[in-house]
Amino acid sequence: MSGKDRLNVFPSRMAMAMMKVRLKGAQKGHSLLKKKADALTLRFRMILKKIIETKVLMGDVMKEASFSLAEAKFTTGDFNHNVLQNVNKAQMKVRTKKDNVAGVMLPIFESYQDGSDSYELTGLSRGGQQIDKLKKNYAKAIQLLVELASLQTSFVTLDEVIKITNRRVNAIEHVIIPRIENTLSYIISELDEREREEFFRLKKIQEKKKKNKKAAEDLKAKRKADGEEKEMDEAPNILNEGMDQDLLFTD
Amino acid sequence: MAHSAQKGRLIAVIGDEDTCTGFLLGGIGELNKKREPNFLVVNKNTPRHDIEEAFRGFLKRDDIAIVLINQTIAEEIRYAIDSHDQPIPAVIEIPSKDAPYDASKDSILRRAKGMFSAEDFR
Repeated sequence: MSGKDRLNVFPSRMAMAMMKVRLKGAQKGHSLLKKKADALTLRFRMILKKIIETKVLMGDVMKEASFSLAEAKFTTGDFNHNVLQNVNKAQMKVRTKKDNVAGVMLPIFESYQDGSDSYELTGLSRGGQQIDKLKKNYAKAIQLLVELASLQTSFVTLDEVIKITNRRVNAIEHVIIPRIENTLSYIISELDEREREEFFRLKKIQEKKKKNKKAAEDLKAKRKADGEEKEMDEAPNILNEGMDQDLLFTD
Repeated sequence: MAHSAQKGRLIAVIGDEDTCTGFLLGGIGELNKKREPNFLVVNKNTPRHDIEEAFRGFLKRDDIAIVLINQTIAEEIRYAIDSHDQPIPAVIEIPSKDAPYDASKDSILRRAKGMFSAEDFR
């Protein structure tokens, strides 16, 4: 990236005014984008912290859930196949909502119960209580995981958006603003140059006129001295040229 | 998308038998109209290719919002998980029964690591 590059404009007062407006706009945009990036980063760090907490919590919850699964198996016998084969309609579903952070849409998942429990009768003969506990534990785990999922989604989205925003901020700061400034200084120097030229030209013309005048006066003085033209001071009058010849009424 | 958002989306599971059983009891299992389940039971004989195919299948379905995957299985198809960069569906690695959760392997946390200091990980 050369520091010399500038926009291709004709150096005029109007172009300079335009460039000034653009420079102002770029600076405003830069500060706004910077603010946006700051807001996003703030949110991002918060989410990151929460993700780490939730991940640790998830370990505990999953451990508990696994234990209750083992307990249930111990009392009920193996029901894995029973469960895996009897899948029908989901009871836990996820709804998506949108959250707006500095103009960025972050999806938020929300779990909700829908329909009836298709494993109502599992463990009816024995171990019903354990199965119940197991279901509750896993429901808790699912809720936590859904929360984690929305955090993670926000994380990925924010990561992307922050990258883009930072890129824009840097582009404005290091490319666009210098370019406009270069253009402005180019226009100013060019205008100055032209003003100097103009001044010089005016001086030159003045000088020339003076010279011409002086030459004419010299010539006149010389002729006067020679006595060639005595009455040159009096301008000739065309009305004094005597009568014209009559054209219509000739004798 | 608005339509499926109203309908409510599903959670998919790729995991060992016990993990799947647990989450199904939690009530996330569903067979769609083509009788395709939203979960995959992986045992030691399941080839990696099948896991990857199921994973990619879940990512393509627009009624799935979250994919849960055991970390041990995630290790097998790490490249597929790393190459998934869309926010939805969210891929979450969960600990399995026989392996504790290792934060350093998680795709998301590894990305997060560069931005955080070490003590936040404890």
